[in-house]
Amino acid sequence: MFAETEDQQLFEAASRRFLDTTYPTAAVRGLAGAANTFDAGVWRDGAQLGWTALLVPERAGGGSISGNGLADLLIVAAEFGAHAAPGPLFGTNAVAAALGRWGSAADHDGPLKELAAGDAAAAWAHGPTDVSATAGAGTVTLDGRAGVVEGAAEASYLLVTASEPAGATHYLVPRGAAGVHLRPLDGVDLTRRFQAVTFEGVSLPDRARVGDPGAAGEHNEDLRDLVAVIALGEMAGALHRAFAMTLDWTANRYSFGRPLGSYQEIKHRMADLRTQLEAAEAVAGRAAFAVGTGAADARSWVSAGMAHVGRHAPEAIQDCIQLHGGIGVTYDHDLHLFLRRVTLDAQMLGGPGAFARRLGALVAGGDGAAA
Amino acid sequence: MTVPVEEFAARARDWLPGHIPPTDPEAGHFFFSGPSTRNDEHDLRRIDRCRDLQRRLFDGGFAGICVPTEYGGQGLTPAHQSAFNRELRGYDYPIEIQASTFIPCMAILLEFGTEEQKLRHIPAMLRGEEIWAQFLSEPGGGSDAAGAVTTAVPDGEQWVVNGSKIWTTGAWYSDWAMCLARTNWDVEKHRGLTVFSLPVHSAGIEIHRIELVNGAKEFCQEFLTDVVIDDRDRVGDVDGGWTVMTRWLHHERTISGGSPYVTSAGGRSDEAPNDGPALAALARGLGTLEAPGTLELIGEARSLTLVGDALVRSVTKKMQTQELPHHAAAMPRLFGGTANVRKAAIALELAGPSGVVWAPDEPRHAAVGGAYLVRQAGCIGGGTTEMARNVISERLLGMPREARSDEGPFREVPRGPR
Repeated sequence: MFAETEDQQLFEAASRRFLDTTYPTAAVRGLAGAANTFDAGVWRDGAQLGWTALLVPERAGGGSISGNGLADLLIVAAEFGAHAAPGPLFGTNAVAAALGRWGSAADHDGPLKELAAGDAAAAWAHGPTDVSATAGAGTVTLDGRAGVVEGAAEASYLLVTASEPAGATHYLVPRGAAGVHLRPLDGVDLTRRFQAVTFEGVSLPDRARVGDPGAAGEHNEDLRDLVAVIALGEMAGALHRAFAMTLDWTANRYSFGRPLGSYQEIKHRMADLRTQLEAAEAVAGRAAFAVGTGAADARSWVSAGMAHVGRHAPEAIQDCIQLHGGIGVTYDHDLHLFLRRVTLDAQMLGGPGAFARRLGALVAGGDGAAA
Repeated sequence: MTVPVEEFAARARDWLPGHIPPTDPEAGHFFFSGPSTRNDEHDLRRIDRCRDLQRRLFDGGFAGICVPTEYGGQGLTPAHQSAFNRELRGYDYPIEIQASTFIPCMAILLEFGTEEQKLRHIPAMLRGEEIWAQFLSEPGGGSDAAGAVTTAVPDGEQWVVNGSKIWTTGAWYSDWAMCLARTNWDVEKHRGLTVFSLPVHSAGIEIHRIELVNGAKEFCQEFLTDVVIDDRDRVGDVDGGWTVMTRWLHHERTISGGSPYVTSAGGRSDEAPNDGPALAALARGLGTLEAPGTLELIGEARSLTLVGDALVRSVTKKMQTQELPHHAAAMPRLFGGTANVRKAAIALELAGPSGVVWAPDEPRHAAVGGAYLVRQAGCIGGGTTEMARNVISERLLGMPREARSDEGPFREVPRGPR
């Protein structure tokens, strides 16, 4: 869907083949209700394909395929969406990007190499947190709660935003550190798991800090841009799959002696869906280009994508369900796997309304992208 | 040797400041905008300026970038045109004559015109001397172009044309027109059509201006009575008009983007009355920028513009690499139409009471109300969004075609209740 160069096409084909084999929809269904959906072996194999190294600097074993690692990662994200696949794709890549950009080579290249190699996963506590950091002699102590963290249970490292006198600051916390407590949460997606994380007197060395004190507010916005591109890729991939299923259905389902797809109402709905799919792909690609190359208007592009696709991709899949009729709302049909995925992706980072406000503020501030 | 794109762009960058004035927001927004911001004098001044701007582009070596040099163009590639369009940002350019003069009319002449026609018209178009209009739709049917009943009858080396055309943008200030006419009533409807070119101000052509709900008057209806056209002005084969039309309609659809013949900074959407920056200015003027929901609406409008732009670029590229067929141009058309409808609604919602009752010295508020009233025009003109949906579903998705009731000799096809 997003592969342009020959190398990207090979990468896409390899990722697709691997996910086809590993996560056919029966396997995805099989993970429903499982407390843990993480498979370390699968993740390491995925890392071999390149899923975790694209935003990592070369000094720590990373590298991109096309020169724009985020555009490469978009290819993986679309395949994840098209398979409703589990895996710490968001958190691991976000934390890897953070360590590569703002961490110090001396203190953070160790974890970074583990992430890039697929030997460890990571989670980014992106949601609202009320964690505070108290400085000691060469140490810092974290207390408080991060309400919603994806993949904390399978992560070896948590990137946490804590407030301290200098402002919001990032810390890399080993998940196994004393005082880190997890409480599992439930949600719409069958395979992605979330936890609430409590920090109770978690003592860390100073060097656990990632980036300058007080820089986490800005850095979280940068990470939000990166992760939103992954979400856009997933939504485009999931919508692509649901659309293909629906187009098949309208050709093969007969009603009153004719194919469903011969009714103009149905054709027009399919035309709308096809157009939304193309628009989702187009803006995801554009956002990956802009964010991945550090373009001045990157935040406008990714916000526009999340505002639009976050609103319309879930609606489009709901319409796919409507076009299927009764079977579309059954658990046995696969459509809901993709509805679940886009619903999660659309809301997880704040929802389309929040991204529209973010874009509106950029426009009002005179900082809109140039169309 | 083709000049490298970067070098061409650098040349444009050097040339533009001394030769092309900056955008004039007061002068733009010609189409569909109501009389609160303009009148005929204003429009004619603007058209003169378009001719002048076009002439400057021509003299500077930037007109018809993808047009062969023998017809006055630059003989370069779509990449050169794109690069020039990027450089053009912030400058004024003749936006009002891109459609219909360059697409579809010039594009059609390039594909179907005789050598004589191309040499006669294309350099004149590129110099801003000939502005063209499309005599296409008819009062009896808008979307069903092949159902044309305006008839051309041969008379020696000439044709005599009778009938009526409608929804012609700017016929009243245009010089030439491309006209679809029926030349054979006894064959299936698509097989009895022929395309002609003719001077708009020929004897026997009466032009009426149509007033839209917001007072805009650029659309016209023409009545053609015994209009004589020389056979040398026929474009394409006799009864071969539909072959020309399929390309005509294709080029028309590329107005939202993707044509190699359109000179456009694109970024004019920044200044479009219903896009983000203008909406932010509107809300600021009303003192509602901080009100709940305002930024969200502005952001939604801006997102529609940006997503639409990404869509145009991506579909254009995919059509160029043949990843998608040319019918895919119907997707940006559909998206653009529905997006503009939504943006007009957002503008009215932001304006609130000021968009429905305004003081005489508040043209911006009047424009919001007027644009809302006329907003469906964006889903109708240039082919309705319903037609775009047919094209997408049937041609792109391969879904079953609509049943037809217009096969057989056109003379026998029902054209109204019997």
